[in-house]
Amino acid sequence: MLDHTKYLTEIANNLRKVVLKSANNAGTGHVGGSLSEIDILTALYFSVLNIDPSNPDWENRDRFILSKGHASLGLYSVLAERGYFSKELLDTFDQTGTKLQGHPDMNKCPGIDFSTGSLGQGLSIGIGISIGAELRKKNFKTFVLIGDGESQEGQVWEALMYAGVRKVKNLVAIFDYNKVQLSSMIQDNIDLEPFAEKISAFNWNVIEMNGHDMGPLESSLKKAYHLSGGGPVAVIAHTIKGKGVSFMENKFEWHGKAPDSRQLAEALAELEGGQAK
Amino acid sequence: MKMNLNDNISQRLAFGNALADLGSEYRNLVVLDADVGPSSQTKIFKDKFPDRFFQIGIAEQNMAGIAAGLSTMGYIPFISTFAVFMVHRAGDQIRNAIAHPRANVKINGAYAGLPTGRAGATHSAFEDIAIMRSLPNMTIFEPADAREVELCTRYALEIEGPVYLRTVRCDVPVIFPQDHKIIPGKALILTEGHDIAVISTGMMTARALEAEKILRSKGVSVKLVHMPTLKPIDKEAIQEAAETAKTILTIENHSVIGGLGSAVCEVVAETIPCKVYRLGYQDIFLESGDDEELFEAYGLSSHCIVKKVLEILNK
Ligand SMILES: Cc1ncc(C[n+]2csc(CCOP(=O)(O)OP(=O)(O)O)c2C)c(N)n1
Repeated sequence: MLDHTKYLTEIANNLRKVVLKSANNAGTGHVGGSLSEIDILTALYFSVLNIDPSNPDWENRDRFILSKGHASLGLYSVLAERGYFSKELLDTFDQTGTKLQGHPDMNKCPGIDFSTGSLGQGLSIGIGISIGAELRKKNFKTFVLIGDGESQEGQVWEALMYAGVRKVKNLVAIFDYNKVQLSSMIQDNIDLEPFAEKISAFNWNVIEMNGHDMGPLESSLKKAYHLSGGGPVAVIAHTIKGKGVSFMENKFEWHGKAPDSRQLAEALAELEGGQAK
Repeated sequence: MKMNLNDNISQRLAFGNALADLGSEYRNLVVLDADVGPSSQTKIFKDKFPDRFFQIGIAEQNMAGIAAGLSTMGYIPFISTFAVFMVHRAGDQIRNAIAHPRANVKINGAYAGLPTGRAGATHSAFEDIAIMRSLPNMTIFEPADAREVELCTRYALEIEGPVYLRTVRCDVPVIFPQDHKIIPGKALILTEGHDIAVISTGMMTARALEAEKILRSKGVSVKLVHMPTLKPIDKEAIQEAAETAKTILTIENHSVIGGLGSAVCEVVAETIPCKVYRLGYQDIFLESGDDEELFEAYGLSSHCIVKKVLEILNK
Protein backbone atom coordinates (compact mmCIF):
# COMPACT_ATOMS: atom_id res chain seq x y z
CA MET A 1 0.00 0.00 0.00
CA LEU A 2 2.72 2.40 0.97
CA ASP A 3 4.72 1.37 -2.08
CA HIS A 4 1.68 2.07 -4.19
CA THR A 5 1.32 5.55 -2.71
CA LYS A 6 5.00 6.16 -3.27
CA TYR A 7 4.65 4.96 -6.85
CA LEU A 8 1.83 7.44 -7.52
CA THR A 9 3.74 10.24 -5.81
CA GLU A 10 6.74 9.53 -8.00
CA ILE A 11 4.65 9.59 -11.16
CA ALA A 12 3.12 12.91 -10.16
CA ASN A 13 6.46 14.41 -9.29
CA ASN A 14 7.86 13.29 -12.59
CA LEU A 15 4.86 14.73 -14.44
CA ARG A 16 5.51 18.10 -12.79
CA LYS A 17 8.79 18.13 -14.66
CA VAL A 18 7.07 17.12 -17.89
CA VAL A 19 4.60 20.00 -17.49
CA LEU A 20 7.38 22.51 -16.93
CA LYS A 21 9.52 21.22 -19.79
CA SER A 22 6.58 21.22 -22.20
CA ALA A 23 5.59 24.73 -21.20
CA ASN A 24 9.17 25.91 -21.60
CA ASN A 25 9.39 24.21 -24.97
CA ALA A 26 6.17 25.83 -26.19
CA GLY A 27 6.85 29.14 -24.54
CA THR A 28 3.26 29.07 -23.24
CA GLY A 29 1.06 27.11 -20.88
CA HIS A 30 -0.76 27.39 -17.60
CA VAL A 31 1.76 25.93 -15.19
CA GLY A 32 0.24 27.11 -11.88
CA GLY A 33 -3.05 25.25 -12.27
CA SER A 34 -1.38 22.28 -13.96
CA LEU A 35 0.93 21.79 -10.97
CA SER A 36 -1.94 22.11 -8.50
CA GLU A 37 -4.02 19.45 -10.26
CA ILE A 38 -1.32 16.95 -11.15
CA ASP A 39 -1.61 14.79 -8.01
CA ILE A 40 -5.38 14.58 -8.46
CA LEU A 41 -5.03 13.62 -12.12
CA THR A 42 -2.35 11.05 -11.32
CA ALA A 43 -4.52 9.41 -8.67
CA LEU A 44 -7.46 9.36 -11.08
CA TYR A 45 -5.69 8.05 -14.17
CA PHE A 46 -3.29 5.64 -12.45
CA SER A 47 -5.64 4.27 -9.82
CA VAL A 48 -9.24 5.41 -9.52
CA LEU A 49 -10.68 5.55 -13.03
CA ASN A 50 -11.79 2.47 -14.92
CA ILE A 51 -10.26 3.23 -18.32
CA ASP A 52 -8.46 1.60 -21.22
CA PRO A 53 -5.94 3.93 -22.89
CA SER A 54 -5.71 1.60 -25.89
CA ASN A 55 -9.45 2.07 -26.39
CA PRO A 56 -10.18 5.68 -25.46
CA ASP A 57 -13.75 5.49 -26.80
CA TRP A 58 -14.66 2.36 -24.82
CA GLU A 59 -18.32 2.91 -23.99
CA ASN A 60 -18.16 1.75 -20.37
CA ARG A 61 -15.11 3.80 -19.43
CA ASP A 62 -15.30 6.29 -16.62
CA ARG A 63 -15.42 9.83 -17.99
CA PHE A 64 -13.27 12.77 -17.04
CA ILE A 65 -13.84 16.41 -17.96
CA LEU A 66 -11.25 19.08 -17.28
CA SER A 67 -13.62 21.96 -16.75
CA LYS A 68 -10.64 24.22 -16.01
CA GLY A 69 -9.49 23.57 -19.57
CA HIS A 70 -6.63 26.06 -19.43
CA ALA A 71 -4.72 23.58 -17.24
CA SER A 72 -4.52 21.26 -20.25
CA LEU A 73 -0.79 20.61 -19.89
CA GLY A 74 -1.38 18.77 -16.63
CA LEU A 75 -3.92 16.52 -18.32
CA TYR A 76 -1.87 16.03 -21.49
CA SER A 77 1.15 14.96 -19.48
CA VAL A 78 -0.93 12.39 -17.57
CA LEU A 79 -2.60 11.08 -20.74
CA ALA A 80 0.79 10.70 -22.44
CA GLU A 81 2.26 8.91 -19.42
CA ARG A 82 -0.77 6.61 -19.33
CA GLY A 83 -0.29 5.76 -23.00
CA TYR A 84 -3.15 7.58 -24.72
CA PHE A 85 -0.66 9.06 -27.16
CA SER A 86 3.06 9.32 -27.70
CA LYS A 87 5.03 11.47 -25.29
CA GLU A 88 6.66 13.17 -28.27
CA LEU A 89 3.33 14.82 -28.93
CA LEU A 90 3.91 16.94 -25.83
CA ASP A 91 6.58 18.82 -27.79
CA THR A 92 3.87 19.98 -30.16
CA PHE A 93 1.71 21.52 -27.42
CA ASP A 94 0.18 24.81 -28.59
CA GLN A 95 2.11 24.66 -31.88
CA THR A 96 0.45 25.13 -35.26
CA GLY A 97 -1.36 21.99 -36.38
CA THR A 98 -1.10 20.21 -33.03
CA LYS A 99 -3.54 17.72 -31.51
CA LEU A 100 -2.70 19.27 -28.18
CA GLN A 101 -4.52 22.56 -28.45
CA GLY A 102 -4.19 25.21 -25.77
CA HIS A 103 -7.53 23.98 -24.45
CA PRO A 104 -8.49 20.29 -24.78
CA ASP A 105 -10.27 19.43 -28.02
CA MET A 106 -12.23 16.15 -28.04
CA ASN A 107 -12.15 15.98 -31.83
CA LYS A 108 -8.40 16.32 -32.01
CA CYS A 109 -6.87 14.62 -28.97
CA PRO A 110 -7.42 10.98 -27.89
CA GLY A 111 -8.64 10.59 -24.33
CA ILE A 112 -10.45 13.93 -24.11
CA ASP A 113 -14.05 13.19 -23.18
CA PHE A 114 -15.25 16.74 -23.83
CA SER A 115 -13.81 19.98 -25.18
CA THR A 116 -13.46 22.79 -22.66
CA GLY A 117 -11.91 26.22 -22.35
CA SER A 118 -14.74 28.55 -21.45
CA LEU A 119 -14.87 28.28 -17.67
CA GLY A 120 -17.93 27.12 -15.78
CA GLN A 121 -19.27 24.62 -18.29
CA GLY A 122 -17.84 21.21 -17.39
CA LEU A 123 -20.21 20.28 -14.61
CA SER A 124 -23.31 20.77 -16.79
CA ILE A 125 -21.75 18.55 -19.43
CA GLY A 126 -20.94 15.98 -16.75
CA ILE A 127 -24.57 16.02 -15.65
CA GLY A 128 -25.66 15.40 -19.24
CA ILE A 129 -23.31 12.43 -19.49
CA SER A 130 -24.52 11.04 -16.15
CA ILE A 131 -28.18 11.39 -17.11
CA GLY A 132 -27.43 9.71 -20.44
CA ALA A 133 -25.63 6.90 -18.64
CA GLU A 134 -28.59 6.36 -16.34
CA LEU A 135 -31.00 6.26 -19.29
CA ARG A 136 -28.74 3.67 -20.90
CA LYS A 137 -28.46 1.76 -17.63
CA LYS A 138 -24.72 2.15 -17.46
CA ASN A 139 -22.84 2.45 -14.21
CA PHE A 140 -19.66 4.23 -15.17
CA LYS A 141 -18.66 7.35 -13.23
CA THR A 142 -18.17 10.87 -14.51
CA PHE A 143 -15.54 13.05 -12.85
CA VAL A 144 -15.31 16.79 -13.46
CA LEU A 145 -12.36 18.88 -12.29
CA ILE A 146 -13.30 22.49 -11.56
CA GLY A 147 -11.16 25.46 -10.55
CA ASP A 148 -11.93 27.54 -7.50
CA GLY A 149 -11.83 30.78 -9.47
CA GLU A 150 -13.97 29.06 -12.06
CA SER A 151 -16.55 28.45 -9.34
CA GLN A 152 -17.39 32.14 -9.43
CA GLU A 153 -19.28 31.35 -12.65
CA GLY A 154 -23.06 31.23 -12.21
CA GLN A 155 -23.38 28.14 -14.38
CA VAL A 156 -21.42 26.10 -11.84
CA TRP A 157 -24.13 26.85 -9.29
CA GLU A 158 -26.92 26.14 -11.75
CA ALA A 159 -25.33 22.75 -12.25
CA LEU A 160 -24.75 22.17 -8.53
CA MET A 161 -28.39 23.04 -7.88
CA TYR A 162 -29.69 20.75 -10.61
CA ALA A 163 -27.57 17.73 -9.66
CA GLY A 164 -28.37 18.16 -5.97
CA VAL A 165 -32.12 18.44 -6.47
CA ARG A 166 -32.30 15.65 -9.04
CA LYS A 167 -29.81 13.46 -7.16
CA VAL A 168 -27.80 12.82 -10.30
CA LYS A 169 -25.95 9.53 -9.85
CA ASN A 170 -22.35 8.56 -10.53
CA LEU A 171 -21.19 12.17 -10.78
CA VAL A 172 -18.18 13.49 -8.88
CA ALA A 173 -17.13 17.15 -8.94
CA ILE A 174 -13.57 17.74 -7.80
CA PHE A 175 -12.66 21.29 -6.86
CA ASP A 176 -9.00 22.19 -7.23
CA TYR A 177 -9.08 24.63 -4.35
CA ASN A 178 -5.71 26.32 -4.80
CA LYS A 179 -6.95 29.74 -3.57
CA VAL A 180 -5.46 31.56 -6.55
CA GLN A 181 -7.07 32.67 -9.78
CA LEU A 182 -5.79 34.59 -12.81
CA SER A 183 -5.36 38.09 -11.45
CA SER A 184 -5.31 37.66 -7.68
CA MET A 185 -5.67 35.44 -4.67
CA ILE A 186 -9.29 34.30 -4.42
CA GLN A 187 -9.65 35.98 -1.01
CA ASP A 188 -8.82 39.31 -2.67
CA ASN A 189 -11.36 38.57 -5.36
CA ILE A 190 -14.79 37.00 -4.81
CA ASP A 191 -14.10 34.49 -2.07
CA LEU A 192 -15.97 31.17 -1.99
CA GLU A 193 -16.10 30.56 1.74
CA PRO A 194 -17.85 28.85 3.39
CA PHE A 195 -17.40 26.69 0.28
CA ALA A 196 -18.07 23.21 1.66
CA GLU A 197 -21.18 24.42 3.48
CA LYS A 198 -22.51 26.03 0.34
CA ILE A 199 -22.10 22.90 -1.72
CA SER A 200 -23.55 20.66 0.94
CA ALA A 201 -26.50 23.04 1.26
CA PHE A 202 -27.08 22.26 -2.43
CA ASN A 203 -27.61 18.60 -1.37
CA TRP A 204 -24.23 17.25 -2.37
CA ASN A 205 -22.10 14.90 -0.33
CA VAL A 206 -18.89 16.79 0.39
CA ILE A 207 -15.45 15.33 1.08
CA GLU A 208 -12.54 17.64 1.90
CA MET A 209 -8.88 16.78 2.00
CA ASN A 210 -5.35 17.80 1.03
CA GLY A 211 -5.02 17.50 -2.73
CA HIS A 212 -1.28 16.77 -2.67
CA ASP A 213 -1.03 14.11 0.04
CA MET A 214 -1.30 11.09 -2.24
CA GLY A 215 -2.50 8.51 0.30
CA PRO A 216 -5.55 10.38 1.62
CA LEU A 217 -6.13 11.94 -1.80
CA GLU A 218 -6.41 8.55 -3.47
CA SER A 219 -8.61 7.10 -0.75
CA SER A 220 -10.91 10.14 -0.79
CA LEU A 221 -11.33 9.89 -4.55
CA LYS A 222 -12.12 6.19 -4.19
CA LYS A 223 -14.61 6.97 -1.47
CA ALA A 224 -16.25 9.59 -3.70
CA TYR A 225 -16.28 7.03 -6.51
CA HIS A 226 -18.37 4.61 -4.48
CA LEU A 227 -20.53 7.17 -2.69
CA SER A 228 -21.57 8.74 -5.98
CA GLY A 229 -23.78 5.73 -6.71
CA GLY A 230 -26.30 7.33 -4.36
CA GLY A 231 -26.08 10.92 -5.59
CA PRO A 232 -23.59 13.62 -6.49
CA VAL A 233 -20.35 13.92 -4.54
CA ALA A 234 -18.10 16.96 -4.32
CA VAL A 235 -14.44 16.55 -3.47
CA ILE A 236 -12.84 19.75 -2.25
CA ALA A 237 -9.12 19.22 -2.72
CA HIS A 238 -7.06 21.81 -0.88
CA THR A 239 -4.13 22.46 -3.16
CA ILE A 240 -1.35 24.90 -3.83
CA LYS A 241 -1.12 26.70 -7.14
CA GLY A 242 2.33 26.05 -8.63
CA LYS A 243 2.87 23.19 -6.14
CA GLY A 244 6.41 21.82 -6.08
CA VAL A 245 8.28 24.86 -7.35
CA SER A 246 8.74 27.30 -4.51
CA PHE A 247 9.02 30.42 -6.63
CA MET A 248 5.76 29.55 -8.40
CA GLU A 249 3.73 28.52 -5.37
CA ASN A 250 0.74 30.69 -4.43
CA LYS A 251 1.59 33.24 -7.12
CA PHE A 252 -1.09 34.37 -9.51
CA GLU A 253 1.75 35.64 -11.69
CA TRP A 254 2.43 31.98 -12.53
CA HIS A 255 -1.15 31.31 -13.59
CA GLY A 256 -0.57 31.47 -17.31
CA LYS A 257 3.12 31.72 -17.83
CA ALA A 258 5.85 29.35 -19.00
CA PRO A 259 9.27 29.22 -17.33
CA ASP A 260 12.24 30.43 -19.34
CA SER A 261 15.30 28.17 -19.50
CA ARG A 262 16.92 29.52 -16.36
CA GLN A 263 13.66 29.23 -14.41
CA LEU A 264 13.13 25.74 -15.79
CA ALA A 265 16.57 24.60 -14.63
CA GLU A 266 15.94 26.01 -11.20
CA ALA A 267 12.52 24.37 -10.98
CA LEU A 268 13.81 21.00 -12.16
CA ALA A 269 16.64 21.10 -9.66
CA GLU A 270 14.17 21.72 -6.88
CA LEU A 271 11.91 18.90 -8.03
CA GLU A 272 14.81 16.50 -8.46
CA GLY A 273 16.14 17.35 -5.04
CA GLY A 274 12.75 16.19 -3.83
CA GLN A 275 12.47 19.35 -1.80
CA ALA A 276 8.88 19.85 -2.74
CA LYS A 277 6.75 18.90 0.20
CA MET B 1 -50.50 16.87 -37.14
CA LYS B 2 -53.59 17.34 -39.31
CA MET B 3 -53.64 20.57 -41.28
CA ASN B 4 -55.21 21.95 -44.43
CA LEU B 5 -54.06 24.65 -46.80
CA ASN B 6 -54.82 28.14 -45.46
CA ASP B 7 -55.49 26.92 -41.91
CA ASN B 8 -53.98 29.31 -39.43
CA ILE B 9 -51.72 27.21 -37.23
CA SER B 10 -49.13 28.35 -34.76
CA GLN B 11 -45.60 27.16 -35.35
CA ARG B 12 -45.13 26.36 -31.68
CA LEU B 13 -48.04 23.96 -31.75
CA ALA B 14 -46.67 22.36 -34.89
CA PHE B 15 -43.26 22.05 -33.25
CA GLY B 16 -44.65 20.51 -30.06
CA ASN B 17 -46.65 17.98 -32.06
CA ALA B 18 -43.76 17.20 -34.37
CA LEU B 19 -41.51 16.44 -31.40
CA ALA B 20 -44.14 14.17 -29.87
CA ASP B 21 -44.58 12.35 -33.19
CA LEU B 22 -40.86 11.96 -33.75
CA GLY B 23 -40.41 10.68 -30.20
CA SER B 24 -41.87 7.30 -31.15
CA GLU B 25 -39.58 6.91 -34.12
CA TYR B 26 -36.48 8.37 -32.48
CA ARG B 27 -36.13 6.55 -29.16
CA ASN B 28 -32.96 8.58 -28.55
CA LEU B 29 -34.75 11.93 -28.81
CA VAL B 30 -34.72 13.76 -25.47
CA VAL B 31 -36.22 17.19 -24.86
CA LEU B 32 -34.92 19.80 -22.42
CA ASP B 33 -36.88 22.83 -21.29
CA ALA B 34 -36.02 25.91 -19.23
CA ASP B 35 -39.47 26.53 -17.76
CA VAL B 36 -41.30 27.63 -20.89
CA GLY B 37 -42.69 24.24 -21.99
CA PRO B 38 -46.34 25.33 -21.93
CA SER B 39 -45.42 28.30 -24.14
CA SER B 40 -43.07 26.56 -26.53
CA GLN B 41 -45.35 23.48 -26.50
CA THR B 42 -42.64 20.98 -25.62
CA LYS B 43 -45.13 19.89 -22.97
CA ILE B 44 -46.82 17.77 -25.63
CA PHE B 45 -43.64 15.68 -25.76
CA LYS B 46 -43.40 15.70 -21.97
CA ASP B 47 -46.90 14.28 -21.60
CA LYS B 48 -46.13 11.50 -24.06
CA PHE B 49 -42.56 10.69 -23.03
CA PRO B 50 -42.05 11.87 -19.44
CA ASP B 51 -38.87 9.79 -19.06
CA ARG B 52 -37.22 11.57 -21.95
CA PHE B 53 -38.20 15.08 -20.94
CA PHE B 54 -35.94 17.10 -18.64
CA GLN B 55 -37.06 20.19 -16.82
CA ILE B 56 -33.83 22.05 -16.18
CA GLY B 57 -35.28 25.10 -14.49
CA ILE B 58 -34.66 28.68 -15.56
CA ALA B 59 -31.03 27.94 -16.30
CA GLU B 60 -30.38 28.16 -20.03
CA GLN B 61 -26.61 27.81 -19.72
CA ASN B 62 -26.94 24.62 -17.72
CA MET B 63 -29.52 23.34 -20.21
CA ALA B 64 -27.16 23.80 -23.16
CA GLY B 65 -24.32 22.12 -21.27
CA ILE B 66 -26.41 19.15 -20.14
CA ALA B 67 -27.57 18.69 -23.72
CA ALA B 68 -23.96 18.64 -24.89
CA GLY B 69 -23.18 15.91 -22.35
CA LEU B 70 -26.26 13.88 -23.32
CA SER B 71 -25.22 13.99 -26.96
CA THR B 72 -22.03 12.09 -26.13
CA MET B 73 -24.21 9.23 -24.91
CA GLY B 74 -25.91 8.81 -28.26
CA TYR B 75 -28.99 10.85 -27.41
CA ILE B 76 -30.33 13.62 -29.63
CA PRO B 77 -31.23 16.43 -27.24
CA PHE B 78 -33.63 19.13 -28.44
CA ILE B 79 -33.28 22.17 -26.20
CA SER B 80 -35.99 24.73 -26.39
CA THR B 81 -36.70 28.14 -24.96
CA PHE B 82 -37.35 31.65 -26.19
CA ALA B 83 -34.85 32.45 -28.93
CA VAL B 84 -33.62 35.56 -27.19
CA PHE B 85 -32.57 33.72 -24.03
CA MET B 86 -31.29 30.77 -25.96
CA VAL B 87 -28.81 32.57 -28.13
CA HIS B 88 -27.79 35.28 -25.68
CA ARG B 89 -27.91 33.76 -22.20
CA ALA B 90 -26.59 30.43 -23.43
CA GLY B 91 -24.56 31.90 -26.27
CA ASP B 92 -21.17 30.93 -24.91
CA GLN B 93 -22.40 27.41 -24.14
CA ILE B 94 -23.86 27.04 -27.64
CA ARG B 95 -20.59 28.26 -29.10
CA ASN B 96 -18.12 26.36 -26.97
CA ALA B 97 -19.96 23.24 -25.81
CA ILE B 98 -22.15 22.63 -28.89
CA ALA B 99 -20.92 24.30 -32.09
CA HIS B 100 -17.17 23.87 -31.67
CA PRO B 101 -17.28 20.23 -30.49
CA ARG B 102 -19.99 19.55 -33.16
CA ALA B 103 -22.25 18.16 -30.44
CA ASN B 104 -25.37 16.58 -31.91
CA VAL B 105 -27.67 19.04 -30.14
CA LYS B 106 -30.78 20.60 -31.69
CA ILE B 107 -31.82 24.07 -30.63
CA ASN B 108 -35.32 25.47 -30.91
CA GLY B 109 -35.38 29.26 -30.76
CA ALA B 110 -39.05 29.81 -29.97
CA TYR B 111 -40.90 33.13 -30.13
CA ALA B 112 -38.45 34.35 -32.74
CA GLY B 113 -38.74 37.89 -34.05
CA LEU B 114 -41.66 40.15 -33.36
CA PRO B 115 -44.57 37.91 -32.33
CA THR B 116 -43.95 37.32 -28.63
CA GLY B 117 -47.43 37.92 -27.27
CA ARG B 118 -46.85 41.61 -26.65
CA ALA B 119 -43.78 40.95 -24.50
CA GLY B 120 -41.78 43.63 -26.29
CA ALA B 121 -38.12 44.50 -26.47
CA THR B 122 -36.62 42.10 -23.91
CA HIS B 123 -38.29 39.09 -25.49
CA SER B 124 -38.09 39.64 -29.22
CA ALA B 125 -35.06 38.03 -30.81
CA PHE B 126 -34.38 39.94 -34.02
CA GLU B 127 -30.65 39.20 -34.06
CA ASP B 128 -30.52 35.46 -33.36
CA ILE B 129 -29.81 34.50 -36.97
CA ALA B 130 -26.95 36.97 -37.10
CA ILE B 131 -25.38 35.24 -34.11
CA MET B 132 -26.11 31.66 -35.08
CA ARG B 133 -25.13 32.18 -38.71
CA SER B 134 -21.63 33.19 -37.71
CA LEU B 135 -21.06 29.92 -35.81
CA PRO B 136 -19.18 27.24 -37.76
CA ASN B 137 -20.88 23.79 -37.86
CA MET B 138 -24.35 25.31 -37.33
CA THR B 139 -27.26 24.51 -39.66
CA ILE B 140 -30.15 26.99 -39.53
CA PHE B 141 -33.78 26.38 -40.53
CA GLU B 142 -36.50 28.98 -40.59
CA PRO B 143 -39.72 27.25 -41.68
CA ALA B 144 -42.54 29.13 -43.39
CA ASP B 145 -45.57 27.36 -41.99
CA ALA B 146 -46.67 24.52 -39.72
CA ARG B 147 -46.00 22.03 -42.50
CA GLU B 148 -42.42 23.14 -42.83
CA VAL B 149 -41.99 23.18 -39.05
CA GLU B 150 -42.72 19.45 -39.13
CA LEU B 151 -40.30 18.87 -42.00
CA CYS B 152 -37.54 20.96 -40.44
CA THR B 153 -37.93 19.33 -37.04
CA ARG B 154 -37.45 15.97 -38.71
CA TYR B 155 -34.46 17.19 -40.72
CA ALA B 156 -32.96 18.59 -37.54
CA LEU B 157 -32.88 15.06 -36.13
CA GLU B 158 -31.61 13.52 -39.35
CA ILE B 159 -28.72 15.93 -39.75
CA GLU B 160 -25.64 15.00 -37.70
CA GLY B 161 -24.43 18.02 -35.72
CA PRO B 162 -25.83 21.24 -34.27
CA VAL B 163 -29.02 22.64 -35.78
CA TYR B 164 -30.86 25.86 -34.96
CA LEU B 165 -34.58 25.79 -35.66
CA ARG B 166 -36.19 29.20 -35.61
CA THR B 167 -39.93 29.21 -34.94
CA VAL B 168 -42.50 31.91 -34.23
CA ARG B 169 -45.22 32.11 -31.64
CA CYS B 170 -48.11 33.34 -33.76
CA ASP B 171 -50.51 31.60 -36.11
CA VAL B 172 -49.26 31.43 -39.67
CA PRO B 173 -51.35 30.29 -42.65
CA VAL B 174 -50.45 26.88 -44.03
CA ILE B 175 -49.17 27.76 -47.48
CA PHE B 176 -47.77 24.42 -48.57
CA PRO B 177 -49.74 21.28 -49.51
CA GLN B 178 -49.47 17.97 -47.72
CA ASP B 179 -46.95 16.54 -50.18
CA HIS B 180 -44.66 19.57 -49.76
CA LYS B 181 -40.98 18.71 -49.71
CA ILE B 182 -37.87 20.64 -48.87
CA ILE B 183 -34.22 19.76 -49.27
CA PRO B 184 -31.91 21.12 -46.56
CA GLY B 185 -29.67 23.78 -48.08
CA LYS B 186 -31.97 24.36 -51.04
CA ALA B 187 -34.28 27.27 -51.77
CA LEU B 188 -37.74 26.88 -53.29
CA ILE B 189 -38.81 28.93 -56.27
CA LEU B 190 -42.47 29.74 -55.60
CA THR B 191 -43.10 31.94 -58.64
CA GLU B 192 -41.06 32.75 -61.70
CA GLY B 193 -40.72 36.40 -62.74
CA HIS B 194 -38.27 38.95 -64.08
CA ASP B 195 -39.04 42.46 -62.76
CA ILE B 196 -37.73 41.75 -59.28
CA ALA B 197 -36.66 38.77 -57.18
CA VAL B 198 -38.17 38.63 -53.73
CA ILE B 199 -36.30 36.34 -51.33
CA SER B 200 -38.03 35.56 -48.07
CA THR B 201 -37.73 33.17 -45.18
CA GLY B 202 -39.86 31.89 -42.30
CA MET B 203 -43.30 33.32 -41.65
CA MET B 204 -42.58 36.20 -44.06
CA THR B 205 -42.97 33.89 -47.04
CA ALA B 206 -46.76 33.75 -46.57
CA ARG B 207 -46.80 37.54 -46.73
CA ALA B 208 -44.53 37.59 -49.74
CA LEU B 209 -46.90 35.19 -51.51
CA GLU B 210 -49.85 37.48 -50.81
CA ALA B 211 -47.87 40.46 -52.03
CA GLU B 212 -46.89 38.60 -55.19
CA LYS B 213 -50.56 38.02 -56.05
CA ILE B 214 -51.35 41.72 -55.67
CA LEU B 215 -48.29 42.69 -57.68
CA ARG B 216 -49.15 40.26 -60.44
CA SER B 217 -52.59 41.84 -60.75
CA LYS B 218 -50.79 45.13 -61.23
CA GLY B 219 -48.66 43.66 -64.00
CA VAL B 220 -45.47 43.22 -61.95
CA SER B 221 -43.64 39.96 -62.53
CA VAL B 222 -42.01 38.67 -59.36
CA LYS B 223 -39.61 35.80 -58.91
CA LEU B 224 -40.37 34.60 -55.41
CA VAL B 225 -37.70 32.55 -53.68
CA HIS B 226 -38.34 30.95 -50.29
CA MET B 227 -35.37 29.96 -48.12
CA PRO B 228 -36.24 27.53 -45.33
CA THR B 229 -32.52 26.87 -44.82
CA LEU B 230 -30.48 29.95 -43.93
CA LYS B 231 -27.28 28.05 -43.38
CA PRO B 232 -25.84 26.63 -45.52
CA ILE B 233 -27.36 29.27 -47.80
CA ASP B 234 -28.36 28.27 -51.33
CA LYS B 235 -25.86 30.36 -53.29
CA GLU B 236 -26.99 29.14 -56.70
CA ALA B 237 -30.58 30.17 -56.09
CA ILE B 238 -29.44 33.64 -55.07
CA GLN B 239 -27.17 33.99 -58.07
CA GLU B 240 -29.92 32.85 -60.36
CA ALA B 241 -32.29 35.40 -58.84
CA ALA B 242 -29.72 38.14 -59.34
CA GLU B 243 -29.23 37.10 -62.94
CA THR B 244 -32.89 36.93 -63.93
CA ALA B 245 -34.26 39.93 -62.05
CA LYS B 246 -31.23 42.22 -61.58
CA THR B 247 -32.91 43.56 -58.42
CA ILE B 248 -33.54 41.69 -55.17
CA LEU B 249 -35.76 42.43 -52.19
CA THR B 250 -35.23 40.31 -49.07
CA ILE B 251 -37.91 39.94 -46.40
CA GLU B 252 -37.37 38.54 -42.93
CA ASN B 253 -38.78 38.62 -39.40
CA HIS B 254 -35.30 39.64 -38.23
CA SER B 255 -32.94 42.57 -38.24
CA VAL B 256 -31.64 43.64 -41.64
CA ILE B 257 -28.22 43.23 -40.03
CA GLY B 258 -26.80 39.73 -40.13
CA GLY B 259 -29.79 37.72 -41.29
CA LEU B 260 -31.19 36.69 -44.68
CA GLY B 261 -30.66 40.15 -46.21
CA SER B 262 -27.02 40.14 -45.22
CA ALA B 263 -26.52 36.58 -46.41
CA VAL B 264 -27.95 37.47 -49.82
CA CYS B 265 -25.74 40.57 -50.05
CA GLU B 266 -22.68 38.48 -49.21
CA VAL B 267 -23.45 36.09 -52.05
CA VAL B 268 -24.25 38.66 -54.74
CA ALA B 269 -21.34 40.91 -53.78
CA GLU B 270 -18.94 38.09 -54.59
CA THR B 271 -20.71 36.77 -57.67
CA ILE B 272 -23.32 38.80 -59.53
CA PRO B 273 -23.46 42.26 -57.95
CA CYS B 274 -26.94 43.75 -58.10
CA LYS B 275 -29.13 46.06 -56.10
CA VAL B 276 -30.43 44.41 -52.92
CA TYR B 277 -33.13 46.00 -50.76
CA ARG B 278 -33.79 44.56 -47.32
CA LEU B 279 -37.08 44.51 -45.42
CA GLY B 280 -36.77 43.58 -41.77
CA TYR B 281 -36.13 45.41 -38.53
CA GLN B 282 -34.01 48.48 -39.22
CA ASP B 283 -31.52 48.29 -36.34
CA ILE B 284 -34.12 48.88 -33.63
CA PHE B 285 -35.44 47.15 -30.52
CA LEU B 286 -39.03 46.01 -30.99
CA GLU B 287 -41.95 47.15 -28.88
CA SER B 288 -45.03 45.65 -27.28
CA GLY B 289 -48.32 45.74 -29.09
CA ASP B 290 -50.59 43.96 -31.49
CA ASP B 291 -48.57 41.75 -33.85
CA GLU B 292 -50.26 42.95 -37.03
CA GLU B 293 -50.18 46.61 -36.08
CA LEU B 294 -46.47 46.28 -35.36
CA PHE B 295 -45.70 44.35 -38.55
CA GLU B 296 -47.44 47.17 -40.42
CA ALA B 297 -45.44 49.80 -38.53
CA TYR B 298 -42.17 47.97 -39.24
CA GLY B 299 -43.00 47.59 -42.94
CA LEU B 300 -43.60 43.84 -42.88
CA SER B 301 -47.27 43.48 -43.83
CA SER B 302 -48.08 42.22 -47.33
CA HIS B 303 -49.26 45.73 -48.24
CA CYS B 304 -45.97 47.21 -47.10
CA ILE B 305 -44.19 44.65 -49.27
CA VAL B 306 -46.28 45.64 -52.29
CA LYS B 307 -45.57 49.30 -51.64
CA LYS B 308 -41.87 48.65 -51.29
CA VAL B 309 -41.69 46.73 -54.56
CA LEU B 310 -43.57 49.43 -56.48
CA GLU B 311 -41.30 52.04 -54.97
CA ILE B 312 -38.18 50.09 -55.98
CA LEU B 313 -39.51 49.65 -59.53
CA ASN B 314 -40.62 53.30 -59.73
CA LYS B 315 -44.19 52.32 -60.50
C1 LIG C 1 -15.67 32.10 -19.06
C2 LIG C 1 -14.22 32.40 -18.93
N1 LIG C 1 -13.83 33.58 -18.40
C3 LIG C 1 -12.52 33.87 -18.29
C4 LIG C 1 -11.56 33.00 -18.71
C5 LIG C 1 -10.09 33.37 -18.61
N2 LIG C 1 -9.43 32.58 -17.53
C6 LIG C 1 -8.73 31.48 -17.82
S1 LIG C 1 -8.13 30.73 -16.46
C7 LIG C 1 -8.80 31.91 -15.44
C8 LIG C 1 -8.64 31.80 -13.95
C9 LIG C 1 -9.14 30.49 -13.45
O1 LIG C 1 -8.87 30.34 -12.10
P1 LIG C 1 -9.08 28.94 -11.39
O2 LIG C 1 -10.41 28.40 -11.77
O3 LIG C 1 -8.85 29.11 -9.96
O4 LIG C 1 -8.01 28.02 -12.10
P2 LIG C 1 -6.63 27.48 -11.57
O5 LIG C 1 -6.19 28.37 -10.46
O6 LIG C 1 -6.88 26.12 -11.09
O7 LIG C 1 -5.72 27.53 -12.75
C10 LIG C 1 -9.47 32.86 -16.18
C11 LIG C 1 -10.16 34.03 -15.61
C12 LIG C 1 -12.01 31.78 -19.28
N3 LIG C 1 -11.16 30.86 -19.75
N4 LIG C 1 -13.33 31.51 -19.35
